[in-house]
Amino acid sequence: MNTTTTSTGLQSLSISQRIIAGSLALLLGLTLLVGTGFAGDFRLHNGAHDTRHAMGFPCH
Amino acid sequence: MIRNLFAAALLAALCAGLITAGLQHFRVTPLILHAETFEGEGGHSHGAEAVAADHEHAAGTPEHTHDAVAATEAEPEEWAPADGFERTAYTTLATVLAAAGFALVIGAVSMFAGLPITFANGFLWGIAGFVTFSLAPAYGLAPELPGMPAADLGARQVWWVGTALATGAACLLLAKTRAGWAFAVAIALVAAPHIIGAPVAPDEPSAVPAHLATEFAAITLGTALVFWLVLGVVFGKLNDVFAARNSVPNGVPA
Repeated sequence: MNTTTTSTGLQSLSISQRIIAGSLALLLGLTLLVGTGFAGDFRLHNGAHDTRHAMGFPCH
Repeated sequence: MIRNLFAAALLAALCAGLITAGLQHFRVTPLILHAETFEGEGGHSHGAEAVAADHEHAAGTPEHTHDAVAATEAEPEEWAPADGFERTAYTTLATVLAAAGFALVIGAVSMFAGLPITFANGFLWGIAGFVTFSLAPAYGLAPELPGMPAADLGARQVWWVGTALATGAACLLLAKTRAGWAFAVAIALVAAPHIIGAPVAPDEPSAVPAHLATEFAAITLGTALVFWLVLGVVFGKLNDVFAARNSVPNGVPA
């Protein structure tokens, strides 16, 4: 592990580290949102039905 | 670093998602279940009548009922969680997963834009998330109960996504700069989807009582505000905690 005193807050990250972390987070985040909020598959729709109505996603 | 981002996002989502699922269970889902009892009464249910009308009896046909035929033709067999515990469990899971999705998306925006989410500004991230993903879409597409008339689903989804993107871009722009031109662009971005206009629901009567619909709209927006404020503040707090822990040599407290 890291033995030096470094800040791992966002400001300490390089541009490329931020782009990699951001891309991974965006990819997984959008997959989760599409699956819970938008997918037309009836199993996903019916399982997440009440959440879609409650969170204001267009449903039906 | 990536691990910290994901850990903070997912833990914050679990916290905000469970609180939201609790509010949904006690305040939102009862309204959905109540509205579902009116579903099909407002002029949408043609299945049973159509089956009966197409069906002519030859003279001397024995006595029989049409219920079974009408039921199978009107509602094809489709999996759905059983009412009660199973439905609540699926709703809770879906809400936590959606929360994780929103948390990772704002985490990604934070990374791309170089704007940290901290305990100090988490409240503002929450407000921005609420305006972007709840308030602005609801301004055009009011929170909708089952059984209410609605425009084409695909068109509504496109408008919802477009509105969230434009509104989110406006929030981001103002977070980066408060120059005069930025305000003008942000106002244009926020207004554009509403000038274009959301898909309009057909002017059909609905059997869902108006008081249920108004209650639902107010409670879902209130619940969304709680969700976003908890998500923003907890996400920020966890980012601060992880950053502080990693800045100490070998994790030994200073």
